[in-house]
Amino acid sequence: MLNDFLILMKQELLVTVIIFLLLFKKVSGREWSNVSLMNFVNVLLVINLVSGFFMQQTGTLFGDMFRSSELLSFEKNLLSLGTLIISLQSYNWLKDHKHVAEFYMLLLSTLLGMFFMLSSNNLLMFYLGLELSTIPLAALANFDLDKKKSSEAAFKMIISSAFSSGLLLFGISLLYGTTGTLSFGEIPAHISGTPLQVFSFILLFAGFGFKISAVPFHLWTADVYEGAPVAVTSYLSVISKGAILFVMVSVLYNVFTPLSGTWYNMVFLISLLTIITGNLFALRQENIKRFLAFSSIAQVGFILIGISGQSVDGTASVIYFVLIYIFSNLAAFGVVNLVSALTGKENIDDYRAFYKTNPLLSWVLAIALFSLAGVPPTAGFFGKFFLFLAGAAKGNYLFIAIAALNMIISFYYYLRIIKAMFMDANDRPIPKLETSFSPKASLFICVAGIVVTGLASGGYAYIHSLLK
Amino acid sequence: MNLSLLLIVPLITALGILPAKGLKQVRAIAMAGAAVQFLLCGFLLFAYLQERASGNTAAFLFEDDYSWYAALNIHYHIGVDGISIAMILLTAFVVLAGVLVSWKMEKMNKEFFFLLIFLSLGAYGYFISLDLFTLFFFLEVAVIPKFLLIGIWGSGKKEYSAMKLALMLMGGSALVFVGLAGVYFNTDVNGAHSFDITQLSAVNIPVDVQELFFPFAFIGFGVFTALFPFHTWVPDGHSSAPTAASMFLAGISMKLGGYGCLRVATFLMPAAAHEYSPIIVALSCIAILYGAFATMMQTDLKYINAYSSVSHCGFVLLGIGMLTKTSIDGAVLQMVSHGLMTALFFAVIGMIYERAHTREVARLGGLLKVMPFISTVFVIAGLCSLGLPGLSGFVAEMTVFMGSWENADSYYRIATILSCASIVVTAVYILRATGKVINGPIVDKTHLSFTDASWNERLAAGLLIVGVLIIGITPFLLKDLINPGTAAIMTKILGVIK
Repeated sequence: MLNDFLILMKQELLVTVIIFLLLFKKVSGREWSNVSLMNFVNVLLVINLVSGFFMQQTGTLFGDMFRSSELLSFEKNLLSLGTLIISLQSYNWLKDHKHVAEFYMLLLSTLLGMFFMLSSNNLLMFYLGLELSTIPLAALANFDLDKKKSSEAAFKMIISSAFSSGLLLFGISLLYGTTGTLSFGEIPAHISGTPLQVFSFILLFAGFGFKISAVPFHLWTADVYEGAPVAVTSYLSVISKGAILFVMVSVLYNVFTPLSGTWYNMVFLISLLTIITGNLFALRQENIKRFLAFSSIAQVGFILIGISGQSVDGTASVIYFVLIYIFSNLAAFGVVNLVSALTGKENIDDYRAFYKTNPLLSWVLAIALFSLAGVPPTAGFFGKFFLFLAGAAKGNYLFIAIAALNMIISFYYYLRIIKAMFMDANDRPIPKLETSFSPKASLFICVAGIVVTGLASGGYAYIHSLLK
Repeated sequence: MNLSLLLIVPLITALGILPAKGLKQVRAIAMAGAAVQFLLCGFLLFAYLQERASGNTAAFLFEDDYSWYAALNIHYHIGVDGISIAMILLTAFVVLAGVLVSWKMEKMNKEFFFLLIFLSLGAYGYFISLDLFTLFFFLEVAVIPKFLLIGIWGSGKKEYSAMKLALMLMGGSALVFVGLAGVYFNTDVNGAHSFDITQLSAVNIPVDVQELFFPFAFIGFGVFTALFPFHTWVPDGHSSAPTAASMFLAGISMKLGGYGCLRVATFLMPAAAHEYSPIIVALSCIAILYGAFATMMQTDLKYINAYSSVSHCGFVLLGIGMLTKTSIDGAVLQMVSHGLMTALFFAVIGMIYERAHTREVARLGGLLKVMPFISTVFVIAGLCSLGLPGLSGFVAEMTVFMGSWENADSYYRIATILSCASIVVTAVYILRATGKVINGPIVDKTHLSFTDASWNERLAAGLLIVGVLIIGITPFLLKDLINPGTAAIMTKILGVIK
C-alpha cells in the first residue's frame, strides 16, 4: 500500500516536498541571495522532471479517487517541463524581486493542483485540483507589486475564475442529481441524454471554456495577460491551458461518451467562433502580450478541432499539439520576457529593427512565431496538420475549410511581427541585450524542441502508443 | 542513386553558410553547394536514362520509402519520373544562375544565401515527393524564405508585396490541404487511408469524392501558378523581389503549382479533371489574354516580365486543361521553357538595374552601344518569350497549341484560337521594349560609362541560354524524357473518358 502510494503519487509528492523546502527556508529566516535560491529551485525542478520518466505505473488510490497511468505521467511531465522553462526564463525578472520564495511556492502550488486535477477520477477531486491550481494563479498575477495593472489583472482573474468555478459546481451538482454518482467510471452508464444532463454538460463545458478562454468565455484573457508579469502570462497561456485541455479531452471522451453527438456540435461551433474571434482581435493589437493573448485564443480554437475528431488520433493530436505549443509559445514569451525585464518595452512597435541589434533573439522569436503560425519545417506545422486531419476525419469539410482559411489571417499577424523585426527601420531600437545562462538555456530547449519534435516522429508515436 | 542526396546537399550547404564569415566565404560555400547539386542533377539524369535504356519501365525510379508517422500512415516516400527530373534540372539551372547573379550581394549576405539555398531545398523536396504529406510539407517550406527574401532585400513596395505573396500562397496551401484531407479520408487503400501517390493512383478514387475535392486541390495549386483570378501576387511579388529571388519565384516557384495541378489534381482525380476541363480552359484562356494585354500597359521592365509570366503560365494550365497527350507534353515543356526563359529575363533585368538604377523603359535606351553582351542576352530572352523558332518558347507553345487543337469540340477550338492570338500581343510588347531599351539613342549620358557583364553574370546568362537552346533545337530530348510520365497520366485520363 505504502509502495503504491509512493510510486503512483511520486510527482505530487516531489512537488510538495519542494514547496515545503521553500517554506522551511522562509521560516528559518536565513537570507539567501535571489540567484542562488533560483538556481536551487531550478535544480529541484530538473530532478522533478527527470524522476517523472521513471517508474511509471498504472493504478488507483484512495478508493478510486486518484489514478495514475503512463499517459498521465507523461502529461504531468509536459507541465513540469513547461514550468521549468518558465522558471529559467524568469531569471532576469526575479533577480531583483523581493519575494522569490513566495513566487515559487505559489507557482508550484498551482502545479500541484494541476497534477491532482489530471489524476482525478472523481468530479469532487477534479474540482479540488482545479481550485488549487486557480487561486494561487490570481495571487501570481499580482506579482508586479508596484504596478497598478498587475493588481487589476489579479482582480479580474479572481472574479472570472470564481464565476467559472460557480458554473462548474452548478454543472457538477446537476450531474450528481441526475446520475447519482461523481465517479468518472460510473457516470457514463447513467447518462441517457435527458435535458437536465445536457444542461449540466453545457455548464461544465462553459466552466472549461472559461479556463481555456474559448469564445464566448474569453473576455478576461487579454486584460489579465497584459497586466500580469510576463512569466505569469506565459504560465497562464501555456501550462494552465494545457492542463485543462488534457482534462477536457479525458472528460469529454470518457465521461460524456453517450452525449458525443451533442458535444461534437458544441465543440465545432465554439471552435470556429474561437478561431475567428481570436484572429480578428489579434490583428489590431499593439501590445505584444495582448497580441499573444489573442493569438493563443485562436490556437485554442485550433486545438478544439482536434478534440472534435472523437478518435484516438484526435486525442493524440491534442496532446502532441500542447507539447509543441509549450515549446513555441514559451520561446516567444521567453524573448518577450527578456525584452520586458531588461528594457520595459512591450509594444510591437518597439520590436522594429530588433534584428539589427539582437539577431539571435530575433531568429528565436521568428522561429517561435513560424511554429505558432504552422509553417514547416517547424513542429507547429505537424501539430496543426494533425489537428486538422483529426478533425477532417469526421467528414465535416466545410468546418475544416473555414478553419484552414483562417490560417491566412493568423499567418498575417504573425508575419507582422516578423516584418517589424526584420524589415522596418527604427530610430531607437531595443539595445543589444545581455542575456544570462538561464534564459539562454530555456530558449535553447524551446528552439531545439520546435525543430526536433516535428521532424522526428518519435514524440507523436509515443503519445499514440500511450493511448492504446 | 539515392535521391535523398538532393536534399542533403542543400541542407549541408545551408548549414555550412551559417558559420562562414564575410561575403567571400559565404558566396564560395553557396556556389560550391549549388555546383555540386547541379552535377548531382546531371548525374541523376544520366542514371535515369541508363535505367530506362536498360528496360526498366517502372513508373517511378530510385524510390525510397520510409515510414514517418506510422499511426497516420504518413511516409517519407520519394522517387522520380521524367517529369520530376525535368523540373529538378530546371531548379538546378536556376539556382546556380541565381547564386551567380547575386555574387555582389553585400547586404546581410549570409542570411540571403542561406534563404536562397533553403528555398531550393523546398523545391527539390517537392519534386521528388511521392507522398502527399511530404509534398505538402515541401510546398510550404518554400513560403517563408520567399517572404523574407522579398521583404528584406526587395525594392519598391516590398513589404506589401511580400505580405501579399505569403498570404495568397498560404491560402493556396489551405485549399490544397482540404483537397488532400478529402482524398485521404475517402479512399480505401488496402483497408487504410493513405497519402501515397502511387497507391492512390492504383485505386480509383470515387467520382463524387473527386468532384468535391478536385476544385480545392486544383485551385490551391493554381494559386501558385497564377491561375486567374488568383494571379495578383505575381506582378507585385516578382517585381519587388531581388534578382535572384525573382528568378526563383518565376522560374521555379510558379512551377510548383503547375506540377501539383498535374501530378496531384489531374493524375489522381482524372474524372473530375475531365468534368471541370471547360472551366480550367476558360480561366487559363483569360489569364493568357489578360496577362498579355496587361503587359502592354507596363512601363517597368520587371512588371513587363511579371505580367507576361501570368500569360505564359496560362499556357501551362491550358495544356493541362485540354487533357490530350500532346497538350500535357506541351504543358510540361512550357513549365521548363518558361522557367529558364523567365529566369534569364529577370537576370538580365537585374544586371541592367544594377547599373542604371532604373527599370523604367522610358529612361533606358541604346544599351547595345555600351553593353553588347547584356543587350544580346536581353534580345535572346525577349525572342524566346515571343516564341521564336529555335528557342524553347516556340517548341513549348507550339506543342500546347497542337495538343489543344486535337480536341475537336468547337468550345476548345475557340479557346485555342484566342490563346494563339495572344502571341501577337506578346510580339508587340517584347519588340517594343527591346527596341526602346536596346536600340535607339542613348537617353542618359551617364549610361555611357556602364561596364558590360562581369564573368559571373556572363556565366549565369550563358548557363540559362544553353538550356533554352537545347530545348529549342533538340526538343525531342526533353520530350523523350517526360514521355513515360505524361503517358502514365494520359492512361488515367483515357481510362475515365471512355
